[in-house]
Amino acid sequence: MKKKFMCLMMAMVMVLSLAACGGSKAEETPAESTGSSSEETAAPSGAAFKLGGTGPLTGGAAIYGNAAKNGAQIAVDEINAEGGAIQFELKYEDDQHDAEKAVNAYNALKDWGMQISLGSVTSKPCEATSAETYADRIFALTPSASATAVTEGKDNMFQMCFMDPNQGSASAQYIADKGLATKVAIIWKNDDVYSKGIHDTFTAKAGELGLEIVSDTTFADGNDTDFSVQLSDAQSNGADLVFLPMYYQPASLILAQAKSMGYAPTWFGVDGMDGILTMEGFDTSLAEGVMLLTPFNADSTDERTQNFVKKYQEQFGEVPNQFAADAYDCVYAYKQALENAGATADMSAEDLCAAMIEQFTSMTFDGLTGDGMTWDASGAVSKSPKGMVIENGAYVGLD
Amino acid sequence: MKSLKLNKTTRWNYLTYLLVILAYVILQVLGSTGSISSSLKGMLVPICAYIVMAISLNLTVGVLGELSLGHAGFMSMGAFTGVTAAIALQDAVPAAPLRMAIALAVGAAFAALAGFLIGIPVLRLNGDYLAIVTLAFGEIIKSIFNNLYVGVDSKGLHLSLLSDKTNLAEGGKLIIAGPMGIGGIQKISTFTAGFVLVMITLIVVFHLVNSRAGRAIMAIRDNRIAAESVGVNVTKYKMMAFVTSAALAGAAGSLFAMNYSTIVANKFDFNTSILVLVFVVLGGLGNMLGSIIAAAALTILPEALRQFSDYRMLVYAIVLILVMLVTNNPTLKSFFSRFKPGNRSGKEAV
Repeated sequence: MKKKFMCLMMAMVMVLSLAACGGSKAEETPAESTGSSSEETAAPSGAAFKLGGTGPLTGGAAIYGNAAKNGAQIAVDEINAEGGAIQFELKYEDDQHDAEKAVNAYNALKDWGMQISLGSVTSKPCEATSAETYADRIFALTPSASATAVTEGKDNMFQMCFMDPNQGSASAQYIADKGLATKVAIIWKNDDVYSKGIHDTFTAKAGELGLEIVSDTTFADGNDTDFSVQLSDAQSNGADLVFLPMYYQPASLILAQAKSMGYAPTWFGVDGMDGILTMEGFDTSLAEGVMLLTPFNADSTDERTQNFVKKYQEQFGEVPNQFAADAYDCVYAYKQALENAGATADMSAEDLCAAMIEQFTSMTFDGLTGDGMTWDASGAVSKSPKGMVIENGAYVGLD
Repeated sequence: MKSLKLNKTTRWNYLTYLLVILAYVILQVLGSTGSISSSLKGMLVPICAYIVMAISLNLTVGVLGELSLGHAGFMSMGAFTGVTAAIALQDAVPAAPLRMAIALAVGAAFAALAGFLIGIPVLRLNGDYLAIVTLAFGEIIKSIFNNLYVGVDSKGLHLSLLSDKTNLAEGGKLIIAGPMGIGGIQKISTFTAGFVLVMITLIVVFHLVNSRAGRAIMAIRDNRIAAESVGVNVTKYKMMAFVTSAALAGAAGSLFAMNYSTIVANKFDFNTSILVLVFVVLGGLGNMLGSIIAAAALTILPEALRQFSDYRMLVYAIVLILVMLVTNNPTLKSFFSRFKPGNRSGKEAV
């Protein structure tokens, strides 16, 4: 009796796993949900371009992946609702901020029939998937993977965000131009590509501009909970501005610990800091007065931005960050490029790739994250960053 | 009687070879007719690498009976040294398969060296010290590669720690860039290379286990004092198994790294070590075929569960628990042992 039961159990597990295998290969379910909890997405009328992307939808960096996915979803819904010639079908796959899983996710998207790609949301995974898109001749435009290696040597890989080096030098330039400080401390994460890229260009540029770096301390994965050593170093060296090129989780701890030490310099962050206000359990008063450079300002009076922020809040219940805006812009940039090229949804990925390379290197695009954006042949975007400061728990443009 | 028993083990080993070759042939045929998904195709090389990892860890855990919690450290060692060798030899050795073979050998050699060095003090000890030291070793390797800068130029290799002080000459290239790891790797790993590595691993491990040395190793596992009393040199045989295991893990690391265009030290963390340990435990300690199947199945499983979107890791965990429960069920064990050659119930199952 027991034996029979166990056999049945085993058979069930096997059937389940088989069903799961079959499901991942199925291509004939076009309206497959993207896993978002949003309402029924506007059904694409007629043929639609299959747009795919990978990002960390679960795990430590999930806030970025989900923001990008949601931002892109809003743009796709808007475009499909308009009912123009260009229609999109969007699918995001989880890569858990890992290069190996990103390649797996990319291959899953390829099986789905992806024609144009949104790359990956974070830098290192995007470096891995961009090598794949380059080999497969699928055009990719990443919303937020900012490392130089992402686009290096690949003619069909473009970025919507600034490159890391640009962020570092732009930050140094901004601090020097505005006279925010003369003695600067940097705390950075030395096992993180993003943090390292910004740190290196920041120090180089700061040297040129005569900013004095009085304290340069690091932390790494695993010892990112106690920052008293780094903070006391900055404090004892009399730094009046602390530059934090990192993501928001460690930054939130640094702010809290500095407050308990009674150390109150000017804080300066980069776009990874974006998201700190929506972090669960974070006391937003700690972030009061933090400055950051980011291309997107959710409080902008611009009509399109307000419209986007309103929709995002309605659907997802939070203020969109820069990642969401970048992804939103990506979809609209695709729309513009596809319209200009006169592309149709039955074109192969390879033909689209050639057409997109031609369009992106020649067109000018106005989006939420900047006006008059252009791309050069290397895939880097040119747009100007906006300085922001956190006041009363919200981002406010500095000038 | 004794010769009959050996015969059965040999038959079981040949079955393992046969199944691996069969799987390779079937996948090659399916691949050439284009009837496997790109999702599966992309996972073939990592699956081979994980299979080699699982077999090599099984040698330490199942055959030697010592717990290693830092196996990803050896993989990391092999990955970084192997890829460095491959990049440095890019011009000198134009043939990709040969360069690949050299990279695998270099990765294996460095991992073996690391295994030898930590084996010297630790394998002389009794108890669970190896588990603790390998755990620390994995973390140390991760930190070292996160702070190591290696560049190559016309004057040869340059090394520096903590910050980039390599000062490369004109035309030089930074290979390992600290936390950024290695970028721009040429993807020279192929499924065939992975298959060959799996076969070599199986041959090495089966020959070691079925030799005089292998019997000594298992004697140490079963009763150290008894083994010492009959004159078995405990440290020597432990070292033999452990270094072999480390070398194979290093080769697996090289294979794995050269399948991706970029590799970072943080990939080979404690979680990866535990993942490989899960393959071994699930496949059965000392059971190489079990490790192969478990490694392949558990690498494919998270991808096959993509349709569950956000819940897939939850489903993955539930499936793992179910499999653990089911495979440890005594009723089922006797049910499966009926299919085993020679009906040696219990010996291979756990």
